[in-house]
Amino acid sequence: MKKVLAILIVILMVFGWVVSISGLTVGNLEIRPLQDLIRLGLDLKGGVYVVLEAETNLKDKALRDLMNQTQQVVERRVNSMGLSEPNVTIEGDNRIRVELPGVKNSAEAIVAIGQTAQLQFMDYRGNVILTGSEVKDARLSYDPEHPSRPVVSLEFTSEGAKAFKDATTRTSQVILPPQSDSTYMEKVAEKTIFIVLDNEVISNPIGEVAITNGQAVIQGSFTVDEAANLAALIRGGALPVNLKEVQSSEIGATLGQDSLYLSVLAGAIGMGIIILFMLVYYKVLGISAGIGLLLYTLLVAWIMVAFKAVLTLPGIAGIILSIGMAVDANVIIFERIKEELANGKTIRVSIKSGFQRAMTTILDSNITTIIAGVVLYYFGSGPVRGFAVTLIIGILVSMFTAVLITRLYIHVISDIKALNKKSFYGIKEVKV
Amino acid sequence: MKLQIIKYTKIWYLISIVVIVVGLGAGLLGGFNPGIDFSGGSMIHIDMEQKIDLNKLQETIEEFELDESIITVGKDNTEIMIKTSKPLSNEERTEIFNKVAGEYNLEYDNLLAADQFSASVGEEIQKKAVIAVIIASVGILIYITIRFEIKFAVAAIIALLHDVLVMIAFYGLFRIPINSSFIAAILVIVGYSINDTIVIFDRIRENAHHYKKNRMEELVDTSINQSLTRSINTSLTALIAVLCVFILGVESIREFTLPIIAGLIAGTYSSIFIASPIWYQLTNLSNKPHYVGK
Repeated sequence: MKKVLAILIVILMVFGWVVSISGLTVGNLEIRPLQDLIRLGLDLKGGVYVVLEAETNLKDKALRDLMNQTQQVVERRVNSMGLSEPNVTIEGDNRIRVELPGVKNSAEAIVAIGQTAQLQFMDYRGNVILTGSEVKDARLSYDPEHPSRPVVSLEFTSEGAKAFKDATTRTSQVILPPQSDSTYMEKVAEKTIFIVLDNEVISNPIGEVAITNGQAVIQGSFTVDEAANLAALIRGGALPVNLKEVQSSEIGATLGQDSLYLSVLAGAIGMGIIILFMLVYYKVLGISAGIGLLLYTLLVAWIMVAFKAVLTLPGIAGIILSIGMAVDANVIIFERIKEELANGKTIRVSIKSGFQRAMTTILDSNITTIIAGVVLYYFGSGPVRGFAVTLIIGILVSMFTAVLITRLYIHVISDIKALNKKSFYGIKEVKV
Repeated sequence: MKLQIIKYTKIWYLISIVVIVVGLGAGLLGGFNPGIDFSGGSMIHIDMEQKIDLNKLQETIEEFELDESIITVGKDNTEIMIKTSKPLSNEERTEIFNKVAGEYNLEYDNLLAADQFSASVGEEIQKKAVIAVIIASVGILIYITIRFEIKFAVAAIIALLHDVLVMIAFYGLFRIPINSSFIAAILVIVGYSINDTIVIFDRIRENAHHYKKNRMEELVDTSINQSLTRSINTSLTALIAVLCVFILGVESIREFTLPIIAGLIAGTYSSIFIASPIWYQLTNLSNKPHYVGK
């Protein structure tokens, strides 16, 4: 039974590696190779990222709401650029990180995101009455009095509606003197509401009547397209806050590919040397460590895919290091088995008690590391979090492969009569 | 052959203290080398396709008054990195690159990477990482106290602190930039060091039943020697893995793996030569009162 399971696992593992490297197509089912499935960070794929800081004094919940809104707006903008897998995340309290894989020129990208389209309604003194965030909806419609003239009709949120009501009540009370009067122009300005998009006045309607229903119309000499675009920009693109570039980085695609290729090569060579080392040092026991390690690497890679984790350069280095550390449990178990063998016990008994004694050590040492990992995840940010996830995945998988899988294979190997000699376990036969 | 650890405790402590003091001293006197993502600044990485005269390049970009430092990297030293402590905006970076590209006939593809950081971002990451490590240490302290006893926990945390200090000393001594990989490298070692120490402590705990209180020295030495092969083999396999990355890796990954190599060695050293002697001394301290009355 154990033998069947052992053979089955090896077959599945080899199959898994083949699929991971070259992919598989059976009928309609297509599994793409690992390198297409795993999400690569910008440092490996090449591309641009920008971190933008919101210029605001808001705090706590108000700030969080603002950032969520901003994130949505930026996301819509970035998505409309037609890139593959752009990524917009909130970083820290008041920053937005925009990652644009495959983009070559960061200047262009930043300009594209930076079309901030900040919409403001102002009075003649430049006081802001309301901003784009208080616009619930904006759409193209036609002036009821001149049906051929396109306008943008706006609907405000309840706060926006109130602010707009107050402002239009004020303007409606301004009485215009005769045109010949010297204060005429001044009074006209006082009666006007300025609609400003990105510091540019796009419309300056006169507030004749107090508007209380939370709806307004931007009139101007628009074409239909212009009005539709403006509506879309206000609807989707009105950033509730001004964003300042605090960090940006562009990585050329060549550098990224080189890094990826070299790191994977390093990992493969490292794994090869480690397996060789285990075989030379622990003889037949090393076989089970080798199988465990091959399975470990395969599982970690696919778990990364399943969790949609993003693989970065330090991440790869971490995984390769974890390959070196994953055999730790093997080493602890094997050393214990060798000790028991050296004490004159039979192979079967040595394996049993070696495992038992090694287990407490392995559990305690790994649980302590997991505690560190979990804490780092909860209290860390950005790169620290990514590292913590890799650490926890690595430990859990290595407990599975180095303990359960190794145990299975050691039992199967110890049942093989031809290998039933202590010298195969790296122990010189001692005459007692 | 049996290593006598406890007998030479003072020597082990001295070695660590010298390494830490020299490294930290070098770092504090010469100034640690803050990476641009912590201190704020810019970096432009260009493939020049040939070895170039750095003085001439400096003249080319003189007009921008960057107060820059230029280093050569890459396989044949044909790539350059221009680093400035002032964060340069996108347009400024593009201007500088265009100037260089014009002078040396380069295409846009020759711009391998460019970064710009303002200092506030790095500070926040740093602060959060320090808090996370402190809370993690408290968590570990509690777990070890429950599973073992408080003296083991204290010794393990001191060993942890030792490893972190050795790594910081290493950064100071070799002027490796302290950037966000620095945090990742320290975290790797925190995880490794704790693991390594617990394995030896576990052996001490297991053997403790067979030793009387006045033979603590023998208990510690025996336990360390019994786990010695494991300590060496595990550090070896981990070192093999990291060395492969270090030898083959690109510039940024080498800056990340070199301190990890130092940390792995420090971690292995501290579990054998620091953690166990400290536990021994703590145990002796608390044992003493029992003998006073006799």
